[in-house]
Amino acid sequence: MDQSQTTLPRRFKVVGQRKRRPDGIDKVTGRARFGADMTMPGMLWGLVLRSPHAHARIRSIDSSKAEALPGVKAVVTGADFNGERNDVSINCMAGDKALYDGHAVAAVAATSRQAARQALKLIEVDYEVLPHVTDVDAAMKPGAPVIREDLITAGVEPVPTKPSNVAARHEIGKGDVEKGFAEADLIVEQSFRTEATHQGYIEPHACVASVSPDGSAELWVCTQGHFMVRNVCAALLGLDSAQLRVTASEIGGGFGGKTTVFVEPVALALSRKANRPVKIQMTRSEVFRATGPTASSSIDCKIGLTKDGRITAAQAELRYQGGAFKGAGADFGAMAIFTPYDIENVKAVAWDVVTNRPKLAAYRAPGAPMAAFAAESTLDEAARRLGMDPLELRLKNAAREGTKAAYGPTFPRIGLASCLEAIGNSAHYRTPLGPNQGRGLACGFWFNFGGETCTTINVNKDGTVGLSVGTPDIGGSRASMCAMAAEELGIPYEKVRTVIADTASLGYNDVTDGSRVTFSSGLCTIQAARQAIQRLCQRAALMWGIDAEAVVWEDGHAKPAGPNAGKFEPLSLAEIAAASANTGGPIAGHHEVNAEGAGVSFGVHLCDLEVDRETGSVRVVRYTAAQDAGKAVNPDYVEGQMQGGSAQGIGWALNEGYVYGDDGRLQNAGFLDYRIPVASDLPMIDALIVEEPNPGHPYGVRGVGETSIVPPLAAVGNALRDALGVRLTETPMAPPRVLAALAAAAE
Amino acid sequence: MRYEAPETLDAAVALLAGESGLAKVLAGGTDLLVQLRSGMIEPALVVDIKRIAETRRIQEESGGFRIGAAVSGAEMGEHAGLKAAWPGVVEAVELIGSTQVQGRATAAGNLCNASPAADSVPALVAAGATARIVGPGGSRELPVEAVAAGPGRTSLGRGEIVASLFLPARGAGQGDAYLRFIPRTEMDIAVVGAGVCLTLDGDGRCTRARVALGAVGPRVILAEAAAAALVGTTLDEAALDALAEAASAAATPIDDKRGTADFRRRVAGVLARRTAVIARDRAKGAAA
Repeated sequence: MDQSQTTLPRRFKVVGQRKRRPDGIDKVTGRARFGADMTMPGMLWGLVLRSPHAHARIRSIDSSKAEALPGVKAVVTGADFNGERNDVSINCMAGDKALYDGHAVAAVAATSRQAARQALKLIEVDYEVLPHVTDVDAAMKPGAPVIREDLITAGVEPVPTKPSNVAARHEIGKGDVEKGFAEADLIVEQSFRTEATHQGYIEPHACVASVSPDGSAELWVCTQGHFMVRNVCAALLGLDSAQLRVTASEIGGGFGGKTTVFVEPVALALSRKANRPVKIQMTRSEVFRATGPTASSSIDCKIGLTKDGRITAAQAELRYQGGAFKGAGADFGAMAIFTPYDIENVKAVAWDVVTNRPKLAAYRAPGAPMAAFAAESTLDEAARRLGMDPLELRLKNAAREGTKAAYGPTFPRIGLASCLEAIGNSAHYRTPLGPNQGRGLACGFWFNFGGETCTTINVNKDGTVGLSVGTPDIGGSRASMCAMAAEELGIPYEKVRTVIADTASLGYNDVTDGSRVTFSSGLCTIQAARQAIQRLCQRAALMWGIDAEAVVWEDGHAKPAGPNAGKFEPLSLAEIAAASANTGGPIAGHHEVNAEGAGVSFGVHLCDLEVDRETGSVRVVRYTAAQDAGKAVNPDYVEGQMQGGSAQGIGWALNEGYVYGDDGRLQNAGFLDYRIPVASDLPMIDALIVEEPNPGHPYGVRGVGETSIVPPLAAVGNALRDALGVRLTETPMAPPRVLAALAAAAE
Repeated sequence: MRYEAPETLDAAVALLAGESGLAKVLAGGTDLLVQLRSGMIEPALVVDIKRIAETRRIQEESGGFRIGAAVSGAEMGEHAGLKAAWPGVVEAVELIGSTQVQGRATAAGNLCNASPAADSVPALVAAGATARIVGPGGSRELPVEAVAAGPGRTSLGRGEIVASLFLPARGAGQGDAYLRFIPRTEMDIAVVGAGVCLTLDGDGRCTRARVALGAVGPRVILAEAAAAALVGTTLDEAALDALAEAASAAATPIDDKRGTADFRRRVAGVLARRTAVIARDRAKGAAA
């Protein structure tokens, strides 16, 4: 980091303004092109055959009848995946076993969708159905069907000799929890369960692949990371990265669920075999059965406190299942669970478990919301038993600058206490509740990420600027990039256009995840702009015939550094650009970085809800979210992230959840029975932006995309406890559970 | 798949009766098209009845209303006379789907889809509505509660169509209402539904009642004991408690992805009670 990055605070001209979103008009008029909006000459339709069984050995696949059907141009199975056969590859196309209901086992490409549909029915798969398990606790029990015969638990001593469904054990901690609990006046211990939820993006996965006989290939796809798509698909299919050009379409939501591949390598394999372009578009049912979801969890939580509310020790055991492949994210849960608090003695043990469910994909702060549900509900119970205000209790224990988190780092400047104070000072916090209403408070934490990033700025001859970034825009990031480029260059926001460049146009960019884009693509954009400014100054120096060092950049103009430099009228960016042919040709700036210094983000949510005690119906009537954004580059989109995460978290808390039958099949693979909140279900969510600048970014930016989904489960659960007088400990806290809890309490 | 759009009921009946494979009737299509697209059904013949004039109109008949099988929910909602006479039925129809779906979805289609959770059916049953069935053997009137035979199945024979629904003349002192329980606030399907139609005499005493429950059994349930709990009372607290208890007892729900049997039984009673109160208030308005 150079010195200028820490020069804070500064007065911004563009950053911090609510600027109009450059992709807005196209999106509201239907002009924007999403994954399904691409067609190519001679294009075929690809469809995927999926396992109807939760767990089955595939004895054989006979596709001869399908291949003989008129219009069918190719059928592929796992055998056509000739590159690495890793977990991602096996998830995209099964090997010798179908591991969950919906697992892809074969795919066809045909000249029409009808022919492809008919062909699917003609593929004969000989299954040997095996016993299955879909519940995390059941999968850990002795005698549970072992679903991956080669899975030996990592992280335990001695190393097990037999396979099990436990992929790994992780432990996070500091201090001595035994000592801490011995010092406690009150110990609260509770267990929680959360059901898996889906990201629920409105746009199903879609792509068009075209592989030429010369080995070059094109892929159009909706994704959060087209460079990831290129690298992964190249590895899975034995292609050269340079030959595979991937272009990211507009994206209708991702929330982490589009940070991996599903149908992309299948479309490429079909195209390669058929020698024609192939389009695959998932149905909603396929999206639910075979993509996403998040982990389901089972968590034991124990917190010890002194009479005056000081936390002396905190301990948790977290069991997550993330489908039939390792990597359920329980370790993230363990790292995040007690991080909002300055606690001397912490121990969190995480168990990563496999079951016969679809492979987990990241979902907004993956692993953290369920952990926060456990910790923040337990803390709420502690506050009740101590007779303390829940906000006071949290403020007393809040992590601050200098607090060493159990997962390692010592925090620089952070915003948790400021968020708590913002909520405490809100009118909402002081408004009395009505009958049958309850209020709940919860905190949340997310790490945030930086990562590999690469951007280019091109100065056009008319004084406008083209900015190329490699991070797909899922939350308005093009607007923020325009703002940061305009801020640095000293030109109007409207003079900058940002595009998401394809994989042939920039160096590798990590996917849009970890709330990283405004932070790291922003940082990279600022540095690229600074390089462009340096070159603009050099060109001005040439035009004036003075040394480049004698030129400074101010308000979008090159100016002589002082009286000794000479007396020249300032040259605008447009004037320098117009003359560029005479001073060395086009002017550009570029930067590449593996960005460090992503600032952690904390949030605090406050929820009021009303319960119909006769039906168990719960209605959120008021909701306020406070979050530390570091610096809000565009406050509209920061508020949007806070509101969107809150809405998703409320859905998770109240009505969303995967429902599996005894047969191991998903029963609610559609938006009718997988209930995300609709607009009329929610009040307007009030967003309070807190700005504690991140010292790791030139403008103080922190990622804001994920933290907002962390507190809602507990905020809703705590409000329900307040309204009902009884605590629910399992999501979804749907009406049947509310009514059953009330009935149990009445007995 | 063959698509036909005849202009007379006779032609439609002939087409349906003449098809040896699976034949389906298309009215609004809000269930049928979804089933087609998802591959749930693969009919050999689809007969669109929207070009048949008598399926497209709402007509006054014997003081009541005859509603063609292709009349949409939006059209029913915009019919002032129908809405004034049978507010409960119209509200129930208007709960189906979104504003866009309302432009297409029909009450007759809702009935023939034979979902136990169909919103309009408990209200129609409570109202004492009948369905006019036309088929190769001619025309007959059937109480709406006799149309569904089980989830997704009707009692209609080969070649038979529901041509229209008939709501009788609204009596003096009569009121109807429908309520459903859904986990969301809209865009959802009933976990429990309750339709009540009752008649009050000049003293506010209930002389006649019909109570129908949805989504708590394989078919919509006409809960006679629940109705009996109201007749002869002024719908005082004791009568409403007895109604709720009888409605819960009449329910035969199952545990499924939408709710537990125990939950549905309890809520059937709660909703029957709340619905009866609305119907009572409407009946009083009507009596006044």
